[in-house]
Amino acid sequence: MKYIDEFRDGLTARGMAAAIHSEATDREYRLMEFCGGHTHAIFRYGIQDLMPANLRFVHGPGCPVCVLPAGRIEAAIRLTENEDVILCTYADLMRVPAGKKDSLFKAKARGADIRMIYSATDALGIAQANPDRQVVFFAIGFETTTPPTAAVLKIARALELNNFSVYCNHVQTPPAMAHILDAGETQIDGILGPSHVSTVIGSRAYAGCCEQYKTPIVIAGFEPLDVLASTLMLIRQINAGRYAVENQYTRVVSETGNQKAQTLMHEVFEQRPLFEWRGLGSLPNSAVQIREDYAAFDAEKRFAMQGSETGETKGCICPAVLRGVSSPVECKLFSTACTPEDPKGACMVSSEGACAAYYSYGRKAAA
Amino acid sequence: MAVVELDGIRKEVSTVLLDSVAVGDYVLLHVGFALETIDADEAEKTLAMFARMRAPDA
Repeated sequence: MKYIDEFRDGLTARGMAAAIHSEATDREYRLMEFCGGHTHAIFRYGIQDLMPANLRFVHGPGCPVCVLPAGRIEAAIRLTENEDVILCTYADLMRVPAGKKDSLFKAKARGADIRMIYSATDALGIAQANPDRQVVFFAIGFETTTPPTAAVLKIARALELNNFSVYCNHVQTPPAMAHILDAGETQIDGILGPSHVSTVIGSRAYAGCCEQYKTPIVIAGFEPLDVLASTLMLIRQINAGRYAVENQYTRVVSETGNQKAQTLMHEVFEQRPLFEWRGLGSLPNSAVQIREDYAAFDAEKRFAMQGSETGETKGCICPAVLRGVSSPVECKLFSTACTPEDPKGACMVSSEGACAAYYSYGRKAAA
Repeated sequence: MAVVELDGIRKEVSTVLLDSVAVGDYVLLHVGFALETIDADEAEKTLAMFARMRAPDA
């Protein structure tokens, strides 16, 4: 396929790996890939194996379902006990473990009307087709899924669709990145910045983070050659003692991002003062909420939804994995009690989770 | 709305997040929405740079 196959060429990968080996000094390089999409590219294409031994990829929290605390899922499950409600959500979220070994999938098995959708517009269609039911879209994700949610909220208001609402759980990348660098729990020498998120918010959105923590950031595409080229760019910055935001993914990411998407997000959403992340804890100004203008479409208000405090499954180290502090293989549950078929923690569920990447690509022995 | 083709599969997606898009453009797709158009010139520049790094055929 055009714009995909060319970015997976094996001989180019070999040439880039050779350049990385020749330019890397004998210092340690610890590079965090923020996005789960990059984690999977690194494992799927065996990129870690091409690297010198002193270069490690540290996996970041950029997996939408992984960072959603169980309490928010439990609130959604409680909502579906109301027979009027049809809950619509992206498929990944269905199997994420909530408290008491429950999940949306199990709630659906008990008879709750929960529908997996591909796009936010599908939820809108379900609302139009079921005027006598309350359709709630369980919206999650970073700045990639936020503009689509904003778009459907705007349409719903224009159509005066009074049986549609959104349970907003959208989070923001730069504050999470800043938090991880600020906490300093693990050494990070450079960051591979998000691909799709950056198309929306632009490369400039990371400037503050880069300056404040003097950490090089390279916006990287999701294909293997993009990851290799970006890794080389990070090595060059680190070797030169520089720190700047550089953009490798110029074919879609600009400095200022997608203005139309940003305008739409600002029209519908505002900063949420505090949001709890799985693994990272409660972070101020790290998520969005629905503006007062759209309050009629805010499921949290319409149904007076309350979150709940739920701990992780006993033994699960997802929170430490999400912060890049621990590797999935350090978890006692990994590939024994916790597998993609029967996940105990969120990082094993999603195709973007670090544990799922280790499991899928045979990294059981990797340290 | 627009129809996209992905390796033979056709699907209707939203183009509401794009300023302008034309038939034949390549787009970056996410949850049924085109997030951005792919800049063909920039893609070529990146590939030209990659080509210079290509290892010789063994």
